[in-house]
This record gives sequence, C-alpha cells and structure tokens, in this order.
Amino acid sequence: MHGVNSMTPISPKLQRRPRWRLHPKLVPYVLLAPFVLLFFIFGLFPLLFSLFLAFQSWEPTSGLANMSYVGLDNFIFTLEDEWFWKSIKNTFWLAAVSGIPQHLIAIPLACVIHAQFKRTRNATVGAYFLPYITSTVAIAMMFSTLFSTDYGLINQVIAGAAQLPLIGSFFPQQPIDWLGESEFIKPAISFVVFWRYVGFNTVLYLAALQTIPKDMYEAATMDGASRWNQFWYITLPSLKPMIYFGVTLTLIGGLQLFEEPFILTGGRGGSDQSGMTTAMYMYRTAFDFNDFGTASALSWILFVFVAVLTWLTNLAFKPKRGET
Amino acid sequence: MMTESRRLQGSHSVSVVTAYVMVGLGSLIMLAPFYFMFVFATHTKSEIFTLPPPLWPGTAFFENLKILTEKIHFWNSLGWSLYIALASTALTLIFCSMGGYAFAMFEFKFKKPLFLLVMGTMLIPSFLGMIPTFMIMDVLGWIDQPHALFIPGAASAFGIFLMRQFVLTSIPRELIEAARMDGCSELGIYARIVLPLLQPALGTLGLITFIASWNNFIGPLVVMRSPEMYTLPLALRSMQSPVDTEWGALMAGSAIATVPLLILFAFSSKRLIEGLTSGAVK
Repeated sequence: MHGVNSMTPISPKLQRRPRWRLHPKLVPYVLLAPFVLLFFIFGLFPLLFSLFLAFQSWEPTSGLANMSYVGLDNFIFTLEDEWFWKSIKNTFWLAAVSGIPQHLIAIPLACVIHAQFKRTRNATVGAYFLPYITSTVAIAMMFSTLFSTDYGLINQVIAGAAQLPLIGSFFPQQPIDWLGESEFIKPAISFVVFWRYVGFNTVLYLAALQTIPKDMYEAATMDGASRWNQFWYITLPSLKPMIYFGVTLTLIGGLQLFEEPFILTGGRGGSDQSGMTTAMYMYRTAFDFNDFGTASALSWILFVFVAVLTWLTNLAFKPKRGET
Repeated sequence: MMTESRRLQGSHSVSVVTAYVMVGLGSLIMLAPFYFMFVFATHTKSEIFTLPPPLWPGTAFFENLKILTEKIHFWNSLGWSLYIALASTALTLIFCSMGGYAFAMFEFKFKKPLFLLVMGTMLIPSFLGMIPTFMIMDVLGWIDQPHALFIPGAASAFGIFLMRQFVLTSIPRELIEAARMDGCSELGIYARIVLPLLQPALGTLGLITFIASWNNFIGPLVVMRSPEMYTLPLALRSMQSPVDTEWGALMAGSAIATVPLLILFAFSSKRLIEGLTSGAVK
C-alpha cells in the first residue's frame, strides 16, 4: 500500500504495478460481490421460493422431501377461509382508522410548526418523531398497562372526564376493557399505530413545506387572500406529491401491520379474532398451524391487495387528462 | 384590511397562541407514554395497579431488575441484542459502502437491471420472505444462531440507495481518477478516499441500522427459538402472560431497551430524521 505519498507521482515505487492488482474491469464485480451474494440468497431467493411454496402442500415436521404440488388448492382454501376474510376486514379497518388521522393531523401540524416554531422547532419535531424510532415491543407493553381496565391511566382519564358537568355524559360511565372486548381492540391498536407514525409523516410534510417559495404567500397576502385561502390554494396543492408519497407509505405499512396487534393481543388476535391482521394470520398459519403452503399463498394474496391499492392511490393522485 | 391581516400575523394573536397550546399539548401526549414507562419501571406491580396510579418515580427499580433476571435471561438477551446490532451495523456499512460506490462510479454489465432489482425489493412487503427465510435458516442450521440475524440484514437495499446517492453527490469523479493515475490501488482508493469521504452517510446508515436491529422483533421471532438466545424485545414479549404479568419488571426491561435509543436520538436527532426520511426528499 502506498500511504500518504500516493499522491506524488515521482515515487518510483508507484511506477511498478503489483502483480496481484485487479483488472480494472473486475473491480465493480469484486466490490459488489458480498452484497449481491447476500442479496440473492436472503433477499431475492426467499421471494421466488415463497411463490413456489404457495403451490405446494408441506408441513415443516415432514422434511423437505415430502413436499407435494397441489395446484391452486392453497389459494382456494384461503379464499374460502372465513378467518382470512375476517383478517382482511380487520386489516383494512386498522389501516384506515390509524392511517387517515395520521395525515389529517400531520399536515396542519407541519404547517403550524413550519410557520410559527423557530427556537423550539427541533425539540418539538423530536417529540413527535421519537415514537417512530423506539421499539414496538416496549411501546406496546407500555400501552398495555395504560389500556388496563381497572387501573389503566387511559380509563382513569375517561372516568375523570365522565365526572365533569355538561360534557361528562358524553363519556362512558363504566371502565372500558380496551384489550379484552372485541369492539375496543381495534380502536386501541389504531391509536398506538397513529401515535407511532404521526411524527414521521409530519417530518415528510415539513420537508415539502420548505420547498414552497415564500414569495407565493407574500403575493397572496398582498392580494388580500385569507390564511385559509392561502392554505387551500397554495399549501395544499404544493403538498400534493408528498401527500401521495406519504399516503402510499402509510397504506403499504398499514396493510402489513403485524407487531403492534401481535403484541397488544398477546399473539393470538384478541377475543373473537378482532385484532388479528392478515400478516398475523399468515404467521399463525405457518408457525402455529404448521401449514407453510397455505401461509405462502396467503401472503401472495395479501401482496395482491397491497399492489392493487397502491395502484389505485396512484390513479387517484395522478393529474386527470386535460387538467394540466 | 391591511391592519387586520397584520394583526393576524403578529405573534400574539389568539390563533397563534391556540396553535402553540395545541402543538404543545400534542407533544406532551407523544412523550407521556415514555414518562410513564420510566415511572412504572420504578414501582412494584401492586403499586402500579392502585387508584390513582403512581405519577412520580418510586424506589423499586432494583427490585424489578431482580424479577427481570429471574423471569427471563435478561443479561443474555441484552448482550445478544447489543452484539447483533453492532455486528449488523458493521457488516451493513462495509457491504453497502462497497456496493453503493460500485453502482455510483463504475460501469459494468447488468448494472441498470441489477440496480432496479435491488430498489424493487424495497417496495415488496417483507412478510413475503418470512417463511422461506425461516426455511433457509433451518437448512443452514442457523436457527438460534445470532448470525442468522445480522448476515442477511447486511444486504440492505436502503443502504445501497443511501450510499450510491451520497457517492454521486459528494465524491468528485476526478478525485478517483487522479488517484488511479497516481497508481493508487483500487482497494486503496476505496479505503483511503471513498470511505473517509463517505463518513457522514456512514454515520447516518450506521445509526439507522443499529436502531433497526435493536428494535427488530419479527426477525428474532422467526429464528430465535430458545429463551436463552432471545434478543431483548423477544425476551420482554415472553414475560407477557394472561394471568400474572410482572408489569413493574416488564416496564423496567422496556425502559432499559429504550434508554440507548433516547441517548442516540438526543445526540443525533437531526441526522436520524433526515436519514430516515431521505427516500422521500430525494
């Protein structure tokens, strides 16, 4: 190796090319080799193999040799499975109820932080972003105690609010069994998911807001446009590409929801399976019911749902013909 | 009209104060669960389940820690989590900086299709690979082996994207060519020129990789089967029981799992936030 003086061309040592030196054409292949090797084995191959497995009947206990081709059986079985459709309904419900508020809150929140916060901006953004980088397990465990029926803080706050005059009657008078009763599991999970990702979306919108030229607002103010009109006619249209991107990410993430419901329902889906998402059902089909073929078919059906919805989002956000 | 709009823009108008209060209350809601995690970590199970619940730190932290070490392989799990996160970070940084540099600075066969393939897998939901990944690990005999978690993770498409982007925007092609003219070996160029210049991007990718590995739940859930091999999130999850969960100890464990992240975030929140949202901005 040549060290610091490699930049001085006169050094005679440098004229002599070592024999082991790589041919320049080979350099990129050598650089890429470790990554590509791992990528093919652990990134690409599993995807292809999962497609193969979806057409096989196989139980992990019977050894790799006992795999048998069953055609579309796994797909048909899944599509006729009541629990699968229940999990799809749960997943859509959770994705919508946790996802839509993320954006409805993140957009105005980003606007306010962008316009008003100077000195405390980083601290504020940090507070909203922090849940995104912390462990789902730690978060879900924390919320399990907060959601606890008899002593949980959330029910305490509700009980306190129910004592208030006038508005008190709007709150439930009995403590809610958030993670035990089927009708409350999904709202509880949705809140945790919302809480976790709202800051991430806020940061996306803050980044987009910084690209809107200030003089557009100045011109609008000169013309007497109200703040609301400025938001509606300048800010929102400028944010449209980021809304598309953010909504797509939320959708893709929401449809594969696994960790939060898995931990909040103790891995079983909660009473009446009302907290069981499709990704969770796939995991259970494979590792609790030992049916790897059906689980693979299930994962591809879920993938089709994700792909179709992503495509529909794309259609919804594309400028219509003749509009531009 | 003019005075009206000016008054609205002034920093003391009612709407501005309302906005401040709302955003401030919101950030309290965001931080409250963390506060209670730390408060509950210092209280016994029976103290947590009283009316009203404790609002201030207590004295039972070491008691909780003792329960934690009795119920789960706590120190093992902490060690595995740390070891896997560090190994994963080191491998990802080496392989992705090499790959990203190759994609940015070299021409070679199948460059474009390969890059598209790598980027395409970023869009594919990870649950599709879950079952085959378990089977591969089983065939390789890597079940219950820490490297089952950090070796596959090193092939990070996001890492390649980040590194390639950084090389393209901040390493001048002329610099590489000048070094080559001067007879610097290709390995020397990578190690002495590219790596030092990549430092900011390596820092960002390193932080992201470390945090992702530290928090990883699904990966260990699939490949770590023996309790003494559990990583911290998995071990904490195993304490959950329908009848008598040790909530104080569980909160202490969760708090210990959260502290390293809080420290990293305190020192590098700006860099982390930029890195984690860089896919959107670029």
